[in-house]
Amino acid sequence: MAWLNQVAQITLINLQNIPRRLGTSLVVVVGIAGVVGVLVSVLAMAEGFRHTLASTGRPSRVMLLRAGSDSELSSGVARDQAIVLAGLPGIARDSAGRPLVSAEIVVMVDLPRRGQTDPNNVPFRGVQPAAFEIRDEVTLLEGRHFERGVREVLVGRKAAAQFEGLTVGARIAFRDSDWTVVGTFASGGDVHESEIWADAEVAMSAFRRTGFQSVTATLADPSDAGLAALRDAIARDRRLSITALREPEYYARQASVLSGLIDVPGYSVAIFMAIGATFGALNCMYSAIASRQVEIATLRAIGFGGTPVVVSVMIEALALALVGGAVGGALAYLYCDGASLSTLNFNTFSQVAFDFRVTRGLLGQGLVWALVIGMAGGLLPALRAARLPVTEALRTG
Amino acid sequence: MKFLPLLWAQLFRKKARTVLTLLSILVAFLLFGLLQAVQIAFESGADAADAKRLLTTARYSIIEPLPLGYRSRIERVPGVVAVANADWFGAKYQNESNAFPVFAVDPGRYLDMYPEFTIAPAHREAFVTTRTGAVAGQRLADRYGWRVGQKLPIASEIHAKTDGSLSWEFDLVGIFDAEDPTVRGNTDMVLINVAHFDEARQLGRGTTGWYIVRIADSEQGKAIAADIDRQFMNSPDETKTQPEKEFAIGFAKQIGDVGALVTRILLAVFFTILILTGNTMAQAVRERVPELAILKTLGFSDRGVTLLVLGEALLLLVLGGAAGMAAAVSLMPMLNGATGGRFPPLFVAGETWLLAAGIALALALVIGLPPALRVHRLRIVDALAGHR
Repeated sequence: MAWLNQVAQITLINLQNIPRRLGTSLVVVVGIAGVVGVLVSVLAMAEGFRHTLASTGRPSRVMLLRAGSDSELSSGVARDQAIVLAGLPGIARDSAGRPLVSAEIVVMVDLPRRGQTDPNNVPFRGVQPAAFEIRDEVTLLEGRHFERGVREVLVGRKAAAQFEGLTVGARIAFRDSDWTVVGTFASGGDVHESEIWADAEVAMSAFRRTGFQSVTATLADPSDAGLAALRDAIARDRRLSITALREPEYYARQASVLSGLIDVPGYSVAIFMAIGATFGALNCMYSAIASRQVEIATLRAIGFGGTPVVVSVMIEALALALVGGAVGGALAYLYCDGASLSTLNFNTFSQVAFDFRVTRGLLGQGLVWALVIGMAGGLLPALRAARLPVTEALRTG
Repeated sequence: MKFLPLLWAQLFRKKARTVLTLLSILVAFLLFGLLQAVQIAFESGADAADAKRLLTTARYSIIEPLPLGYRSRIERVPGVVAVANADWFGAKYQNESNAFPVFAVDPGRYLDMYPEFTIAPAHREAFVTTRTGAVAGQRLADRYGWRVGQKLPIASEIHAKTDGSLSWEFDLVGIFDAEDPTVRGNTDMVLINVAHFDEARQLGRGTTGWYIVRIADSEQGKAIAADIDRQFMNSPDETKTQPEKEFAIGFAKQIGDVGALVTRILLAVFFTILILTGNTMAQAVRERVPELAILKTLGFSDRGVTLLVLGEALLLLVLGGAAGMAAAVSLMPMLNGATGGRFPPLFVAGETWLLAAGIALALALVIGLPPALRVHRLRIVDALAGHR
């Protein structure tokens, strides 16, 4: 207990002392806030991207693609194949007995970002009527649904926010044709919110396509056995050369390249910044101890042990680090959280819009980094403080 | 220059402190060098662009095909010197999608269009004459250990052969490369012969992805581009023609503003360095007030002493900055090795050194001026009496 008491007393003196050493203490706080702020913001970007793709699709739905294709863009499903697929027993039917399938085409259309002129590959999806029943997370935000057989489009919420000219009532010109925006939709923050949707048949004639690219369907039996049965049925049919993937599995694959491209540089930058901040913290703690040489020596002379001195210096370093980590995390949260951006997803060669997500996990990770830096920056100075020969320290003071 | 030893002595008065400060400056400039290299690599497409090349793509989306017959019509547009065509193969190699781009090209026309690519005459000749031939960039060949003469089994994700199979095989007949590091990143690809490709594919025969157009006068780029697009206006396949550089910039912008992101990170880094070094400098000068007063007593002018302090700040930043940039340069080969050639080659450009020098100078001024002015105003009597 006496030992704990000593630690508490010295720590209290140290902490009360901080205002008098505000300049050097601030260095630790600012240095660590910088590291944590950058780390959390960059990872929040990767997190937001992964979240967008991870929240797309349900395990009860399958994507049917040409065998060997990893993305819709490179896949092709002929019209007769789509009809065969819709008739398979593994696929769910609605109350009227119609199969819950939507054969879809995806093309890229060029649209500038808001306030810019350079074109971006925005995905344009032609869907069949059942698409809205299959994807019941899709809700109309504004306007109305497009009519069948008419050049009308629904625009995803994020596409409308990122790209120019996608407001309800606006006309947009793609390939020989004018399309009217008749509504906007939300779908739980997933990838489809970055897309433009139209009637599949109208889109196929406008973009001169003869086949579909993918078929999305609801499984009659969402268990693994149900999926295996569907795969079996496909494999047995010689007319089909099709891969069936659960939607979440398909969309997780689409995240692979880009999330690595954000994660690796993000962590690398943070590691370098952390090393720099550790040097700063070392400097600060050394000078804090140098300015308190006499004080520490006096404490030692009147009977305080070496360990309490070490512990108290460490506590001070960690307290400063924690403040820095909290400031950095708070800045990242205020500055980035919810900010949206769009980028080219290399897996699909199309734009995907997403929001920065500063999650609790990321903030926690930021604080852990702050404490590690504080620990690394505090340990050596603390040891020096404890090893200081009392007589010498008192003399130099 | 004769004051250098004095500056040095001042700087290393407290060795540990100065070394730690130097190390944190080093890390900041190391990060600067690396991030600038990444940004330059991202923009290298635009830098490597040739002002005498235009790109003609489908008007509404670059992934829509164009008829192969457009080539001769583009050739007839006044001001056009040569035309080459290329198509996207959608390669899947060893089960990895888009491990590298494969373009189906007319060998002679394509290699003539890109004189910055170097290829041995024998390899070029073999590529032109072998219908199933392919050539690969040197970096790519090194990455996969390919040898000229071997078969290259590459699957396509898009193009089936007439028998419905997606597995293709080509004969590697040559290797090409480029001298310029900004161009070298563009050699990470495989070129195949369009004659064989177009004949053997099931769908899309008689079309190509895009055209590359060489013009005589780069000043005329916009006008010729408009002339080409006018040729095909109101046809089922309208075109969009733009200078290569504009295309590259537009494509880089699809990824987003990498430059702005890098700038923001570097602002955070240098702001931290500013606070850290500024504090250390202020402290170092504060401790030395009596010494500086003695220097004044010995006949140093106010200006002289001020310059000494500023010089000390400059020396600190130049030492740390130069070491950091040198560290960035020495890390490049390792980084380029680690990315396995999946990223354009990273290098520290001359302009990055200039920018680093500018930043070091600016930081030295901001950090050094407050203590320097304080020293300028210092009255000898007060300072020696201990009234700080």
